[in-house]
Amino acid sequence: MAMRVYPYGTKHAPEMIADLSRRAYEFRIQVLQMVYAHQTGHLGGAFSSAEILTALYFHHLRVNPADPNWHDRDRLVFSKGHACAMLYTCLAQRGFFPVEWLMTFRELNSHLQGHPERQKTPGIEVPAGPLGHGLAIGAGMALAARLAKSKRRVYAILGDGEINAGVIWEGALVAAKFQLDNLKVILDYNGVQQTGTTTKVMPTEPIADKWRAFGWHVVEIHGHNVAEILDALDHADEIHGKPVIIVARTTKGKGVSFMENDHYWHGSPPNEKQFQAALGELQEAVARWQN
Amino acid sequence: MAELIRETWGDPLSMRKAYGEALVELGKTHPQVVVLSADVSNSDHSGMFEAVYPERFFNVGIAEPALVDVAVGLANGGYIPIANTFSFLFATRALEQVRTHLCYGQQNVKLAGAYSGLSDSFDGPTHQSISDIATMRALPNMTVVVPADPLAVKKLLSRVADWQGPVFFRLCRNEVPQIFTDAYAPEIGKGVVLCDGADMAIICCGVMVARSLLAAKQLAAQNIRARVAELHTLKPLDTELVLRCARETRAIVTVEEHSILGGLGGAIAETLVTSDPVPMERVGLADTFAESGPYAELLDKYGLSVSDIVNAAKRAMARK
Ligand SMILES: Cc1ncc(C[n+]2csc(CCOP(=O)(O)OP(=O)(O)O)c2C)c(N)n1
Ligand SMILES: [Mg+2]
Repeated sequence: MAMRVYPYGTKHAPEMIADLSRRAYEFRIQVLQMVYAHQTGHLGGAFSSAEILTALYFHHLRVNPADPNWHDRDRLVFSKGHACAMLYTCLAQRGFFPVEWLMTFRELNSHLQGHPERQKTPGIEVPAGPLGHGLAIGAGMALAARLAKSKRRVYAILGDGEINAGVIWEGALVAAKFQLDNLKVILDYNGVQQTGTTTKVMPTEPIADKWRAFGWHVVEIHGHNVAEILDALDHADEIHGKPVIIVARTTKGKGVSFMENDHYWHGSPPNEKQFQAALGELQEAVARWQN
Repeated sequence: MAELIRETWGDPLSMRKAYGEALVELGKTHPQVVVLSADVSNSDHSGMFEAVYPERFFNVGIAEPALVDVAVGLANGGYIPIANTFSFLFATRALEQVRTHLCYGQQNVKLAGAYSGLSDSFDGPTHQSISDIATMRALPNMTVVVPADPLAVKKLLSRVADWQGPVFFRLCRNEVPQIFTDAYAPEIGKGVVLCDGADMAIICCGVMVARSLLAAKQLAAQNIRARVAELHTLKPLDTELVLRCARETRAIVTVEEHSILGGLGGAIAETLVTSDPVPMERVGLADTFAESGPYAELLDKYGLSVSDIVNAAKRAMARK
């Protein structure tokens, strides 16, 4: 049974915000179980994009799980493919495929590969994993939408380590040149990549100035605040003549105190004790949002 | 000859950890060695070098083309750069840098390709590296070296560092059995006969050497005496050894953790076809991407089991 959707255009009422915020924590629990069960997968980056993906799939995106290849669907490219356990969870709960598939994540013969694969998983547009592709592919999708005179919108979710890749900036130039206002990038700005903080591994500040200098409209938000995410997505729809980047300030490992901001939790699975502790914290957060 | 292989194999050891340890050792004897990584030094274990020699280590972020080009600049200054990232990224995203500057420009840069073959098993086909040998060996001036066990990683790394010119050093991620004794003394460009036999020859590389030895045992139990020859260097190829195997056994099977197109099987076929085209079978991935899953099960599912080798040996012999 797919979860309730608040269709695009629904007013951002407090009950809806609370409902989506609670779900983001329920999805974290699901992801925790997937990674724990097979002792493989990426928790930190999945937790940091929980609210972003939840807001998109359960409100903002115009997609149809019954017809995943519907011509005019909004496109979402999840470029930071390593964090796909959260994407799979949202897709399943949105009705793209059975929720039962989730616990087969990364197993032999699974529909859910270690990184997104279009052929095996409904709702996936392009493979991801090797970082850096989402922006330029998104630019191509935005050009296609323009050529086809379609109102569909294109969203690309990037990691902040991912933007070290040169091809990101090649794509940024292309999108600005062609004034792709139907392309919206969401940067999961959690300040941590695989081997440490972005400050240590590859500094990216001043981030907003960089994108502005490249010809983009920049919006900065708190990336775990569902209301801010939804407002920014609406705002992005009002910008004309420029591509938009939403710099979402997030926390890697968000929701589990000992995982937050620690690059160890980029790709390490929890042991039983850590699993129980994490589960407890996430369950408390779910309960908080229930009241 | 037989003393190259341990009578009972040692417990599986991590190949990437062996590599990290070897890199630290190399740092001691080779002050000109500098190490670069692209935000995966805790995966490829080049971070072990960073911990001991922080001033000779450079993390360039998630930027593989820059990783290789920065290494080129360091080589130009007389250093011996060892660049580290996943194998598939050297063979794909950074390939133009590799071709133009390492191979055409003949820069003395070493590429340590981590997580090759199916060894990044759970991350899946996006990260697995099954065409890298084909790509790298097609480049003029490139040398391609594939160690078979943790000891081989250690022994070959210093050879790689001392070799003049670019080298692609192809590494496995996982725990694999220790097969070699300390008598194993590999030299770049020279194959090694690990077990003698005249009925057919298994030519293998990398972590498939262990499975090839197991296959030879099974064949022996069926009265087939298989020779096992390890080619840790795919380029320059030890054609003398390959042709000797062909001449003396008249049937060959190649075994590699790679596509059957363009890798070890391709190299051997190219050699045989021009001089002595004996029947030959290739064990490897059948021109397909694999999937996510546990390493050993993936190898079995994608045509790299011990019985796949045994069956290929019988097919090759039947065609004599
Ligand atoms: C081109 C490429 N280089 C290296 C990697 C290995 N890798 C996977 S995730 C990651 C760090 C990503 O950091 P970030 O983009 O900040 O993601 P997040 O913090 O959201 O998890 C790295 C280096 C890769 N997948 N692709
Ligand atoms: Mg990050």
